[in-house]
Amino acid sequence: MRPYPATASPTRRGLWVLGLAIRTEKKVFAGALMGSALYGGMTVGAASAVGWATDHVVLPSLSAHHVGAATLAAGGLLIVGVAVAKVIGIFGRRLLAGVLQFRMQARYRHLVTAAYLRLPLAWHQQRPTGRLLSNANSDVEMAFMPIAPMPMSLGVGVMLIIGIVDMLLTNSVLALIGILLLPAIIVTNTIYVRFSGPRFARAQELRAHVAEVAHESFDGALVVKTLGRETTETERFADRARALRDANISAGRARSLFNPILEALPNLGVLAVLLFGTREVASGAAQPGDVVNVAYLITLLAFPIQSFGWVLGDLPRAVVGYERVAAVLAAEDRTEYGTEPGKRDGSPAELVFDHVDFAYPGAETAPVLRSLTASIAPGRTVALVGATGAGKSTIAALLSRLSDPTGGAILLDGVELAEYAKGEVSDAVALVPQQTFIFGDTVRANVALGDDVGDDQVWAALRTAQAEKFVKALPQGLDTVIGERGTTLSGGQRQRLALARALVRRPRLLVLDDCTSAVDPSVEAAILDGLREQGDDPEAAAATVVVIAYRKATVALADEVLFLQNGSIAARGTHDELLERSEGYRELITAYARAAEEAAAEEADAAEDEQMKEVVA
Amino acid sequence: MTAVAQDAAERAAEPAAEEAVEDSTPSVPIVGEASGGPVAIVRAGLRLSPEFVKGIGVTMLLALIATTGRIVIPIAVQQAMDHGFGSTSGRVDVGEVERMVAIAALAVIATMLSATAMSRRLYQASESGLSGLRIKAFRHVHDLSVAHQQAEQRGSLVSRVTSDVDTITNFIQEGGLMLFVSVAQMALATIVMAVYSWQLTLLIWVCFLPLFATMRVVQRKTGARYSAVRSAIGRMLGAVSETLVGAPIVRAYGIEDRMGARMDEAIARTRRAQVGAQRVVITTFSAGEIAAGLANAGVIVVGTLLGVGGHLTAGQIVAMLFLVSLFITPVQWGVEVLNEAQNAISGWRRVIGLLEAVPDVPDPGAAGTDLPEGALDVRFEHVAFAYPGGARVLHDVDVTIPARSRIAVVGETGSGKTTFAKLLTRLMDPVDGAVLIGGVDARRIAFAQLRRRVVMVPQDGFLFEGTLADNVRYGKPGADDAEVAEAFESLGLGDWLAGQPQGVATAVGQRGESLSAGERQLVALARAYVADPDLLLLDEATSAVDPATEQRIARALEALTRGRTTVSIAHRLSTAQAADEVFVFDAGRLVERGPHRELVEQGGIYAALYASWARTAVGHAI
Repeated sequence: MRPYPATASPTRRGLWVLGLAIRTEKKVFAGALMGSALYGGMTVGAASAVGWATDHVVLPSLSAHHVGAATLAAGGLLIVGVAVAKVIGIFGRRLLAGVLQFRMQARYRHLVTAAYLRLPLAWHQQRPTGRLLSNANSDVEMAFMPIAPMPMSLGVGVMLIIGIVDMLLTNSVLALIGILLLPAIIVTNTIYVRFSGPRFARAQELRAHVAEVAHESFDGALVVKTLGRETTETERFADRARALRDANISAGRARSLFNPILEALPNLGVLAVLLFGTREVASGAAQPGDVVNVAYLITLLAFPIQSFGWVLGDLPRAVVGYERVAAVLAAEDRTEYGTEPGKRDGSPAELVFDHVDFAYPGAETAPVLRSLTASIAPGRTVALVGATGAGKSTIAALLSRLSDPTGGAILLDGVELAEYAKGEVSDAVALVPQQTFIFGDTVRANVALGDDVGDDQVWAALRTAQAEKFVKALPQGLDTVIGERGTTLSGGQRQRLALARALVRRPRLLVLDDCTSAVDPSVEAAILDGLREQGDDPEAAAATVVVIAYRKATVALADEVLFLQNGSIAARGTHDELLERSEGYRELITAYARAAEEAAAEEADAAEDEQMKEVVA
Repeated sequence: MTAVAQDAAERAAEPAAEEAVEDSTPSVPIVGEASGGPVAIVRAGLRLSPEFVKGIGVTMLLALIATTGRIVIPIAVQQAMDHGFGSTSGRVDVGEVERMVAIAALAVIATMLSATAMSRRLYQASESGLSGLRIKAFRHVHDLSVAHQQAEQRGSLVSRVTSDVDTITNFIQEGGLMLFVSVAQMALATIVMAVYSWQLTLLIWVCFLPLFATMRVVQRKTGARYSAVRSAIGRMLGAVSETLVGAPIVRAYGIEDRMGARMDEAIARTRRAQVGAQRVVITTFSAGEIAAGLANAGVIVVGTLLGVGGHLTAGQIVAMLFLVSLFITPVQWGVEVLNEAQNAISGWRRVIGLLEAVPDVPDPGAAGTDLPEGALDVRFEHVAFAYPGGARVLHDVDVTIPARSRIAVVGETGSGKTTFAKLLTRLMDPVDGAVLIGGVDARRIAFAQLRRRVVMVPQDGFLFEGTLADNVRYGKPGADDAEVAEAFESLGLGDWLAGQPQGVATAVGQRGESLSAGERQLVALARAYVADPDLLLLDEATSAVDPATEQRIARALEALTRGRTTVSIAHRLSTAQAADEVFVFDAGRLVERGPHRELVEQGGIYAALYASWARTAVGHAI
């Protein structure tokens, strides 16, 4: 991805990033450059104007003890005119440079966030959210940080050329001092960049660590508190904070050393000009105005030349930022889509698992699914039952194509999921995950998710999901903003809303991943009743349903049960058949009943004991 | 749907709706921002980080020297001109100029050295102070009560220990002293100018006066534009973070385009805000340039007139020109620094606001009373609880949990059972009555003891990034891998552990997300197990675990918790059945208590709950 060799120096890489911005925003850059050239020219012009005024206005007037109104006015107007032209230059340069910088930032933020949407879930799961956020925010910002002062620096080039020519025309000896000053400043700066670059990069990295620890620690605040680990957590954070402090101090020391040198150099230059200038004037080789001109030029040029240094100084950081951003853009993991159109007749889907294998990246030795094979007829409600960690949620994710099987295939209506065109699978399949996610938006937006559905459809879905009542009780009904910044909902309420979100889309395959765990049993019963009644024809369900559940009532509602063990289907059949046939299933599903019986038996024993005691007594 | 089911569903839904309304009321303590004027904020900030002011006298002295050094150049120019090359008498005294240049060069070098020393001291002091502040703020977040913590957005708490502190750093390093230096430089330039010519000084000040006069208005405007940028960035990050955190939903529902459009809108808004802010800043900067141009022209014109009258030398006039540029730089810098200052003060406000939030469940620390050895009993003495400004959610609970007993707490959502659990583990304090643990008022037990002896396993088994062993060790620092494996084994989870790719060294991912919700609960349970508490509180700790595993854990726990007190908040009533005693909560009151069988026979609220549970989970009426 990198268009430069891996061994390229940070400065060279940084210049490439700058070039990228220039190529992308040619016109804006050209405008900024013109503004900058005007500014540069006028900065030199200001010195010339002052020099001219000294020679033609101040000195003659003072030696003649007489002042000509016309020359005086000319001197004043010249200086003001130059200042106005300079301001026009500044305006053009800074405004357009800002536009350039902010446009590049916006452009790359768009690219990065588009990549986030394009990249598959597996890619996301391998990267901390905090890091992805900083890729889109501070890394993009950093990458294009040196863009803003860049036109100025290039303008400085113009300024330097004019300045040097001006100095040479004025006096060659004095000009030599000014010209020698340039390499001195540039060399100092280069050393500074080399020296401080790695330090700044390190500080930036540590800054991210500090944020990561804080984020994680506050996320787990309840665990920290209940286990009394506040002190160790603070130590963990303090370690990172202190490392950041040390890195910042180290970077700061570099700045403390170089900045004063960079400020002192032009001053020493001015002094040298005075010294040699006096000699030149004494020997008659120069006019006093020449000395003032060159001295003033050096003072004026010092600041822009330093800014050139800032651009160079920011380059290493820009490269760090850009390379992080480029890594996201270059990520090649992608979900490939086919061209198959999906069925649009609203009929329930047919589902086939054909020797499906699945292993998480890095855990290939412990596959979650092994050659799982099963078929589910359209309109059936199938319960997926298995122990914790058996791979049920993995199957749910595969059905929504959140990941692809590592072997075998899943067929929807006879077509492999990966063969469908983009958007077809999500149109047909609605997944209600175990952990609900609520967008910081209105109830309506959370249910409709931007689809064109009427309020009555939203209400119907809420009714089936048993969410109608609490939504009606919310202050603004469907328009109530919920989520982090809005009204907080309880876990059960969130689950019911997530269910309504799935129902409103009238999916052809509905996947419910243990999504009623936070709902009271009686509410769940009502939801299940509602699901059954959703179809127009009470005998045929409106969708094929795959439901992951432990509750007997939920399971009993299914036409069929798939019992998952060791990554494949260990048994399938109706609930009653499996109770009879599969020991593992019986173990799992009747655990509560057995516990109830045991408890009852114990109590009976205890009661018997009591009676015995009484009898004995 | 049967009428009965409908009725039951609505009854169950109602308390939940109440809960939602209760959660949304602003009576929950919110970590605010410190109030007071900028000066008060800075003063409070400096009090919090004494490192800033330590040795500030020397630093300021060095800054003054460094600033004074800048005046050397204009004076040198004037001297060289009047006594050297520009002398109106026509006599050029090279020796005089050489002497003067040598002195000036020494001054420049002294300036450079003091600037370096000053800057080093500044970095040292500010970074030390800020890292201390960061750590203090971090600790304070953990010292706040759960109610406080949960009322805040996570991101907002994180920003208080990261970017808010960074704005202060930026200001102190780039701006704070710069502001001081700028004012000093302006004052110094003014004095030197006045020595040369009070008339020209007055003229220069008049040129800049409009700038100073409008400073406040401009400042307010810039501040507003900058805060617009900050809020636009905040919204943008919010939109991006939703896309990232909600990645599974975004993909499953195919709403990439919608999320993309949302983010693009936020990105464009940020760009517009940035350009808008930029425009104001440039306008101010340009005004400064114009003023400088006017001042320069004025110096030439008026200076020449004065010079002709014999009041000024040519060198002095030229020196004035140099002084104008010395005068204008701090003015232009000052404007930018004041922007930074506004940022910093708002950052400081937020950090101080956090530190000012009084932990409403304070740790008595060393002054606390010791807990007795062995299993702990708990006594609720007429305990009531209400959120600040809210109605009571728990009324007059008066009950004793004997040591070594196993209690199940049941009730519908919003019945008060979770409040009961939070009071028992002192995540909150009662508004009335007292909770006594081992005979000691919970408020008087040092956290160091309380958290070691009383452990709660929350429903959401949050895991830290790292391995299974790392997470279990969180309950007992120093536990070795064998001990960790042993914990899983003891809980009947040996098979599950054996199925993990790297055993106890298996990585759990960020927030434990490589594991399923049920698996995270298993790890959280092992974590509490190794902590070896005397009182264990399980808050629906196995709600996402399959029934067979749950029963296996229950049986294992039964054996393991013999000898300690166990309280289980139960969603699945199988737990209640096995308990010594069941506490039934309804509408904030403890309404029924007794062994499972007795309560079922009584035919009250518990009997109804149990019947519903038996129907849906057990599969038959009991």
